[in-house]
Amino acid sequence: MQLSRRKLLGAALGASAVAVLPACSNSGGDTKTAKKIEVYSWWSGPGEGEGLEALIAEFKKNNAGVEFVNAAVAGGSGTQAKQALTTRLLANDPPDSYQLHAGLEAATDIKAGKLEDLTYLYTQNGWTTKFPKGLIDKLTIDGKTYAVPVNIHRSNLLWYRPAKLAEWGITAPPKTWSEFLTQAVALKAKGIVPLSVGQTWTQLHLLENVLLGELGVPKYNGLWTGQTDWKSAEVTAALETFKKILAVAVVSTDDWQPTIDKVVAGSAAYNVMGDWAAGYLQGAKALKYKTDYDVVAAPGSTGVYNFLADSFTLPKGAPHRAQAEAWLKLCASAEGQDLFNPKKGSVPARLDSDKSKYTDYLAWALAEWQNTTTIVVGSFTHGVVANNAWKSEIEKAYGVFVQDKNTATFADAVAKAYAANK
Amino acid sequence: MRKRKFRSWGPALLLVAPSLVLLGIFVYGFIGWNAKVSLTDWKGLTPSDTYVGLANYRELFADQTFRNDTRNLLVFTVVFIGGALLMGILLALLLDKGARGESVWRGVFLFPMAISFIATGIVWRWLLNSDPGAGTTGLNTVLDWFGLHSDWHKSPSAGAITAIALPAGWALSGYVMALFLAGLRGIPEELREAARVDGASERQVYWSVVRPMLTPVLMSALVILAHISLKTFDLIYAIAPLDARTETPALYMWLTSFRGGFFARGAAIATLLFLAIAVVVVPYIWYTSRKERTR
Repeated sequence: MQLSRRKLLGAALGASAVAVLPACSNSGGDTKTAKKIEVYSWWSGPGEGEGLEALIAEFKKNNAGVEFVNAAVAGGSGTQAKQALTTRLLANDPPDSYQLHAGLEAATDIKAGKLEDLTYLYTQNGWTTKFPKGLIDKLTIDGKTYAVPVNIHRSNLLWYRPAKLAEWGITAPPKTWSEFLTQAVALKAKGIVPLSVGQTWTQLHLLENVLLGELGVPKYNGLWTGQTDWKSAEVTAALETFKKILAVAVVSTDDWQPTIDKVVAGSAAYNVMGDWAAGYLQGAKALKYKTDYDVVAAPGSTGVYNFLADSFTLPKGAPHRAQAEAWLKLCASAEGQDLFNPKKGSVPARLDSDKSKYTDYLAWALAEWQNTTTIVVGSFTHGVVANNAWKSEIEKAYGVFVQDKNTATFADAVAKAYAANK
Repeated sequence: MRKRKFRSWGPALLLVAPSLVLLGIFVYGFIGWNAKVSLTDWKGLTPSDTYVGLANYRELFADQTFRNDTRNLLVFTVVFIGGALLMGILLALLLDKGARGESVWRGVFLFPMAISFIATGIVWRWLLNSDPGAGTTGLNTVLDWFGLHSDWHKSPSAGAITAIALPAGWALSGYVMALFLAGLRGIPEELREAARVDGASERQVYWSVVRPMLTPVLMSALVILAHISLKTFDLIYAIAPLDARTETPALYMWLTSFRGGFFARGAAIATLLFLAIAVVVVPYIWYTSRKERTR
């Protein structure tokens, strides 16, 4: 077919019109009263994306005629989303609600005065008694609560395929990291990679759980409050163990899904990842709990719940406040949490959710979470125990550590950064 | 007299005025603002105006991460420029010899430059996959036939970033080829003829006649590649996001500012990068403008 000049011109005009359109929808005719809401998150991958979609569908049902803008930026643990959000917050151009990890990560934004006090929503809707008190405390500064928690995740989990382990002659997953290293030798001899690790944040995720498993709960907590000396002999020994673990692992630069895929495919034996993996394995990969995949607490951390929680906020100057409040109410409601969490692979933050909705892995997770003997600690990689500045300095020090493998300089840099940024 | 003078330069000034104003604000104004931020202690989401002198720069020079990143950038620049020039010149010489369907080949070699660095990065991330055993894919599949395996950018060596210089060179060698091909075509055939008549061998023609006339082209190519290299961000980020082994100052600047909130430190890195690029570009501009004046 020969293209005439007119046709070409038409196509070019059409293309440029398409390019201009989104620009219009942002600026032109968008008043504060327009029926619209923009929700910012990092949930776009398999599992998490579907959970968000379920919430959005419910929101649209209850709020007919409201345009929902799903501003999700891909990248596990918000690795990309946070940078993009910083620019918007600095420019005082916030979305109507954005995702935030409960804990000191939230404290950074709260202290900068970027968030609205949501205490009135808590009192109006009687939420204060509906969530675990310890969790609300993590979102509260000076008696004011600034975010609404949606879910509880667990970080210290070891994923594997039971059938594969049996095939390789391993009876049970390791209970300690030294047991893991023993198994690693046997696995290596069979040509199996003992552990799969992905890009930097997944390595730090592994690091925090090695520290937890090796140091135990009190010492682990002390790392983040300045009570445990990073340069002490115990921490040094734990970091040395971490180096040994990394040495037997396959380290890629992928996000967490392709990394756990190696366990699914059987080229790697284990993967340490948070329980968002359950949503992914059951949903996108259609695997069955206990038979196709199984999970235990990461070595050395049985009975410990290394938690993180996602929450939503109301930024100061949000353009569509009424819709944002409706969104927050949906996120906090038992129905909303029961719609979202089974798909996301997390347990609800609310105490009165419908337990029958949580099956397979989630039934176990919910039982562990609500078990009074379970010890709860906060995750470093996912914003609970370190503020953004210190966290980014630890990431920086870790970057040097990966290259020079010098435990002493790493511990020194982390300790110094704590003093400078606490 | 005065009026006539205005008539000669006035309209020209009016015509360039809009772009002068925009450049003044959005380029030079922001360079200045950035330099100012680099002298403050701005950390976190609230801007600060407290003057701290050169403290941020002193910290950077003592910062192991910044040193590693600078080393990475140097390795990257050398391998990338060397590779792109070598491949580009080779392709240009081959095409200059007269290949069948030359215009097709020119297009084929130029296409990689038309692809965005992000897309190039995603494809090369797969090509440079370093999983061993059953997970082997990409270039390692080929190496596997010879019993070899490379960890590429995931190798623990200080030269890990050379693996990322590979796709960068791949993307821009076509551009270098186009530059040199234009340069080669710009040399009058009579000059070569004259050399041949005087009994010069083909190698002598290229070395003594063609090569000196290509020096300006080489200079432009060097400057263009050097400043691309110093600024490269997207390609590295697409292949190895947040990986310290292949981090360069450009990535460090962005991460430390927007992830950690160390805006003053980020501004200091930006200023240093700006100066580094200026060191490359300014002598070139000076050199070419002087040459044009004498012409």
